[in-house]
Amino acid sequence: MPQLKQWEELPVAGVVAPADAVQPQTGGWRTAGRPVMDLSACVNCLLCWLYCPDSAIVLDGATFAGIDYDYCKGCALCVEVCPVSALAMEPEADG
Amino acid sequence: MNVQEPRLLTGGEAVAHALCQIEPDVVPVYPITPQTPIIQTFSSLVANGAAHTEIVNVESEHSAMSAAIGAALAGARTATATSSQGLALMAEVVYIAASMRAPLTMAVGNRALSGPINIHCDHSDSMLVRDSGVVQLFAENAQEAYDLMVMAPRIAEHPDVCLPVLVCQDGFTITHAAEPVRMLADEDVRAFVGTYRTPVRPLLDAAHPATHGPFAMPDYYFEFRRAQAAALEAAADVVAEIADDFALLTGRVNHAVESYRLDDAESVLVALGSTAGTVKDVVDELRDDGEAVGLLKIRSFRPFPASVMRESIGGRREVIVLDRADSPGGAPPLAAEVAFALAGLDASLRSHVYGLGGRDLHPEAIRQIFHGEAPRYVGVRGELCPV
Repeated sequence: MPQLKQWEELPVAGVVAPADAVQPQTGGWRTAGRPVMDLSACVNCLLCWLYCPDSAIVLDGATFAGIDYDYCKGCALCVEVCPVSALAMEPEADG
Repeated sequence: MNVQEPRLLTGGEAVAHALCQIEPDVVPVYPITPQTPIIQTFSSLVANGAAHTEIVNVESEHSAMSAAIGAALAGARTATATSSQGLALMAEVVYIAASMRAPLTMAVGNRALSGPINIHCDHSDSMLVRDSGVVQLFAENAQEAYDLMVMAPRIAEHPDVCLPVLVCQDGFTITHAAEPVRMLADEDVRAFVGTYRTPVRPLLDAAHPATHGPFAMPDYYFEFRRAQAAALEAAADVVAEIADDFALLTGRVNHAVESYRLDDAESVLVALGSTAGTVKDVVDELRDDGEAVGLLKIRSFRPFPASVMRESIGGRREVIVLDRADSPGGAPPLAAEVAFALAGLDASLRSHVYGLGGRDLHPEAIRQIFHGEAPRYVGVRGELCPV
């Protein structure tokens, strides 16, 4: 967590330039497990990438390359839309 | 000093002419009595080519202020105008304009809030946005409304301030009454207000995108509100500085307060708006009778000139506050300010509410107020007991 600013250090009106934007890791909001990809079943249709409301599906070019758990909120939409059931919800690794 | 011949103008027309001379880039506005003559006159001037302004005919006052925020933050000098229910509908967005630090100006024709529905003057509409974080200046007459409107962009756009500035004039009493008004020459107003200071990160600068009006959680909301309070506190010095500049140009002094025959006054009346003019006449008459009375007129209600007030009337025997707005079940807004400003000093304080919904306040009533013979609600039928 970055150091919180004093009131006199704030930009006027709180206008935020991209470089100054705080990036809270919303992955911490997950409460019901995380989606896990079975790469042997994935057909790389990218529906999960298309549907993910948090842009947490990471691509390498046009190929599925992983899930960014720092930003995945665990909504399970990707699991729902996966046409080959390659994605499944699993308990968090740390319990 | 630039002395112009007076013209016969209503307060509404005077402010419309000031706006024309300021020549805002954008004016989003919705009509409402008694503000309508302001935008009607201004629209005629623009239609006749006297100013190049984009007038946006929005569908409500809520939209007017929303559009005004966007325009001001995109880099356009922006003004609007409203009254009463319009200001009430706009109130939500007035808070946001202040928080987003939109340096726009707004002419207000003060009118009672419903209900019962009424179109005449009191200050309940302005007091509704008292805590929104905007600068609020009150005019005594058409000349002052013109002067304050010309001063307003410089105050709003000052880098220490960056806040909306409301120039309030009493509905009908000022907006619709014709008086001699000395206007400045167009080029003098344009030189006085200068060019609009574009925000550091204008909204439409696609090469430098930025987030305006971000969400603030409990970890930052309070700090933003504190910064906003500091901007209003800084506005006090800015109002004084701009008033001095304006006085150099015109000889007319429009500081946060005006002292009228205060020097040895034992009994001091405090008031806002057109009533101050009537009070001055009564003070003159009572002075002729040997009574030590005076007036402290407040032009700047926000920021409130508490320290100036404490210095100028702190030692007086009696301070009487006239409010043209009520706060049912509590202290009326101006009385509350004065009580806080003078806390710990020895003056006795008296509060009166007058003039709600356009009820006239006659000189005889002001004499009774000075003499302690008026009830708390002045001029209400059935209200007989002195305070």
